[in-house]
Amino acid sequence: MVTSEHSVASKDVPSPGAGPLTPLTHRVVRRVQETSDVATLFLEPLVGDRLVFRPGQFNMLSAFGVGEVAISVSSAPGEGGPLRHTVRDVGAVSHALVRCEVGDVIGVRGPFGTDWQVTSDVEGGTSDTRDVVVVAGGIGLAPLRGALYEFVAAARGGGRVFILVGGRNPDQIIFHDDLAAWERDGATVMLSVDQSTPQWRGRVGLVTTMLGDAGFDPRNSRALLCGPEIMMRFTARALVDMGVDPAAILVSLERNMQCGIGWCGHCQLGPLIICRDGPVVPYGGVVERLLAERER
Amino acid sequence: MTTSVRELLAAHEFLRGLGDEVLETVVGCAHNVAFEPGELLCVEGASADTFYLLRRGRVSLEVHAPGRGPVVIETVEPGSVVGWSWLVPPYRWTIDARAIDRVGAVAIDGACLREKAERDPAFGYALLTRVSTHLLARLQATRVRALDLYGAGHGH
Ligand code: FES
Repeated sequence: MVTSEHSVASKDVPSPGAGPLTPLTHRVVRRVQETSDVATLFLEPLVGDRLVFRPGQFNMLSAFGVGEVAISVSSAPGEGGPLRHTVRDVGAVSHALVRCEVGDVIGVRGPFGTDWQVTSDVEGGTSDTRDVVVVAGGIGLAPLRGALYEFVAAARGGGRVFILVGGRNPDQIIFHDDLAAWERDGATVMLSVDQSTPQWRGRVGLVTTMLGDAGFDPRNSRALLCGPEIMMRFTARALVDMGVDPAAILVSLERNMQCGIGWCGHCQLGPLIICRDGPVVPYGGVVERLLAERER
Repeated sequence: MTTSVRELLAAHEFLRGLGDEVLETVVGCAHNVAFEPGELLCVEGASADTFYLLRRGRVSLEVHAPGRGPVVIETVEPGSVVGWSWLVPPYRWTIDARAIDRVGAVAIDGACLREKAERDPAFGYALLTRVSTHLLARLQATRVRALDLYGAGHGH
């Protein structure tokens, strides 16, 4: 999702169904500090029903009086409970959101954009028997969390899920409890960090170095990638070199979002309007070229 | 039933697809080894006369930093190779390699292999092409890590 932010004025509390440009007020009902600069906010609407979304979609979150920022949903439709957003403190708005406390009210606009396409597995049982390979870098695990929840649940009846997570250091890896639960439920979970600490007993190295050891069948796999763009580019290329079909690789792109509904053009990337055509897009074809293109 | 060194080599990723002739040449320079957790496979500054094809267990590549103790730069997994300093003078290890788990490996005598490569250029070329492929992959991974991918600015 997006790191850029823009300001919005503090406004009246809107009613549900007020339109895609009007934030719906939500209360922070729980807050989990994931790492030193990342927090997950659990949100309930002040009025009306919980938002209906698909894993991979994003909402525009507003810290009233500060601004608005696009953040992917990190809960799963199937787990119920409050809407979750995992936010990293990288700017004024995200800073205000990360500092929110239980009881605070923020604005939520959305959900917007495309998703990880997990519905066929959940609703159609074993309709897709390919291995699922999920590669996440840093906080890139957050937009994938909902999809993972659904994929691992669907795989209980057969099927394989491989979860490869890279981070700068062990302290930066989020969702330890979820990773442990998914491993217990049969997923292959592998972690690697760029910088070790004395306590770390796991892998040290680039996230792509885990691909060859994971054990998935490249010719019968689909892959979901989320993280820094360079990481996704190298990971996608490595997967294609192993034999994964480029059309079976999905990446989540991060661009400057403002309206979130395809009106303003701020999120344009080549022929794509990322808030509408993305954030989740197939790697093959136009995206492969765009990710390799040098910015002028 | 014990597995022969030849079988171990034939099954290892590093030599996969290189053909029987290359395999037979390498077998004459190889023997099976094991290390306990914490044992050093290579010591920085020591003479580099051997390299290891890892079969099981993980190895950490470490640099000893004053005031910080050993800093793990990278870990090496089964199927990969530990040690490249046997390739070029002055044949001296530039890093420590330590067994994290119980490690099983095939140790290969670097001097023996160099001598065979000099005598048989076709073998030498095949070997160096394979070594270069591994080194390039490691170099590329190191370059990307140097970018500090997950630093500030990446938000999602
Ligand atoms: S954010 Fe306005 S068009 Fe995408």
